Amino acid sequence: MKRLAWATVPLALGSALAAGGPDTGSTAWMLASTALVLLMTPALAFFYGGLVGQKNVLNTMMMSFAVLAFGGVAWVLLGYSLAFAPGTAYIGGLAYALAHGFMEKGKLLVDGGLPVIVNLGFQGTFAIITAALISGALVGRMRFSAWLVFSTLWILFVYAPIAHWVWGGGLLSKALDFAGGTVVHINAATAGLVGALVLGARREFGRVAFLPHNIPFVLLGAGLLWFGWFGFNAGSALAANESAALAFVNTMFAPAMTAVVWILLDYLKNGKATAVGAATAVVVGLVAITPAAGWVGPLGALWIGALAAFPSYYFLLVRPKLGLDDSLDVFGAHGLGGITGAILTGVFAAAAWNGGTAGGLEGNWAQVGYQVLAVLVVMAYSAVGTLVLLFVTRAFVPLRVAGRDEAVGLDAALHGEEAYPTTEGAILVAEEGGAA
Amino acid sequence: MKLIVAIVRPEKLNDVLEALFKAEVRGLTITRVLGHGGGTERVETYRGTTVKMGLYDKVKLEIGVSEPFVKPTIEAILSSARTGEVGDGKIFVLPVEKVIRIRTGEEDEAAVTPVKPGGE
Repeated sequence: MKRLAWATVPLALGSALAAGGPDTGSTAWMLASTALVLLMTPALAFFYGGLVGQKNVLNTMMMSFAVLAFGGVAWVLLGYSLAFAPGTAYIGGLAYALAHGFMEKGKLLVDGGLPVIVNLGFQGTFAIITAALISGALVGRMRFSAWLVFSTLWILFVYAPIAHWVWGGGLLSKALDFAGGTVVHINAATAGLVGALVLGARREFGRVAFLPHNIPFVLLGAGLLWFGWFGFNAGSALAANESAALAFVNTMFAPAMTAVVWILLDYLKNGKATAVGAATAVVVGLVAITPAAGWVGPLGALWIGALAAFPSYYFLLVRPKLGLDDSLDVFGAHGLGGITGAILTGVFAAAAWNGGTAGGLEGNWAQVGYQVLAVLVVMAYSAVGTLVLLFVTRAFVPLRVAGRDEAVGLDAALHGEEAYPTTEGAILVAEEGGAA
Repeated sequence: MKLIVAIVRPEKLNDVLEALFKAEVRGLTITRVLGHGGGTERVETYRGTTVKMGLYDKVKLEIGVSEPFVKPTIEAILSSARTGEVGDGKIFVLPVEKVIRIRTGEEDEAAVTPVKPGGE
């Protein structure tokens, strides 16, 4: 839905004014959705922050917050244009760079019932969360300055082109991706996997148990992600309409189903239902329903939610034994959840629910082929683009921190702060010439 | 004079303090400690990471007492800290060479004899 509506933006600019003012209901919903999706990045900071050890909490959370800052500015200046301005099939042009192209004759342009500038903000929140997701694979050893350079370049040269292919009227417009299963989750997970391999494992990986330092943070983050995801999925209808309502309800129930299956799998394995597992399951279910949200009925959403639990659950169990330090399982959760969701969207798409697009169960198995193709193309481009940008970054600043800093912890070493400082033994340093 | 050092379960600390209070034992220091006394390990699972927790949270009490209080103190701790399961802890009784109360400079028996309420 998103790609269809916004693909018309460049063509409709001239006629937009004639169409009259915005649809106030839809505009209100899109403004609220933008705020909801923006909240997902601080939510992710809590989700990831809780999963790391006590000495790397602030660095981990700052990796997400830094993308809100640097990525947000890069998006408004250039990224949005590369994704959504008229250009080639591969990348958008520069027509919307520096926030140009949103006004005509002193009035804001309106298209599809919305002021076009809403899209600058709404799409920006997606770019930010996508880059922030990558950080989960890199925590505990990446130099913060290298992350600032890499994540900003990544939004401009990996995220923006892929968003252009799927939503800007480019290469992959036959694949169904309602809210960004491929563009956001598979893309970020592939980048995380490549990043983890290029950076290498943390020094103590395999010798010391890395345990989460604050599981309530993990649950808080998962809860806030779920809340924000209503804007992510239902907002991707780009209107307050039937499609938004369907996507909204599916966003509520699919993760519930994933968590049901995950908790039962936990019981079967250990006889104990873990909280980290339940929080992970909610995120996996949200990822899986993302491409399908407006294409499948509620029962299809439950099936997708249930089936998505299995690949992620079992991959998370074996991942540490593979020697792969994808520290917070970005690939296991977002990659496998995203791939499962993308393929099952092609299976469960229901013409009666979405207004005419059939999936495999209704005889249109070709759709599954388009889904698989989109997954493979996005993974290939993301992997190559990420690799190139990591080498470009390394030309300016080392990717990893010094071994001593890694041992001390990145909070104190890179940020000059601790998440939980003690005042015992903290001696106040008086400024020269000033009162203490 | 003896220094009684007891390692007990944190969840029994309130019971122990109450029993000591009833036995009129005053003046103690407690510390939260980690330890292992040969009990079975607890297994925890975080996604694909499974760990055995080899050290348990315990509370250490240090109580300086005069000779007549040694037995009542030990009995109070035994009766209040025991669950019968592995991991109930230990009591160590150590000789003490000298005790000095910082406020007054009193030594030994006088230093470990509690100040009477309303005294001084």
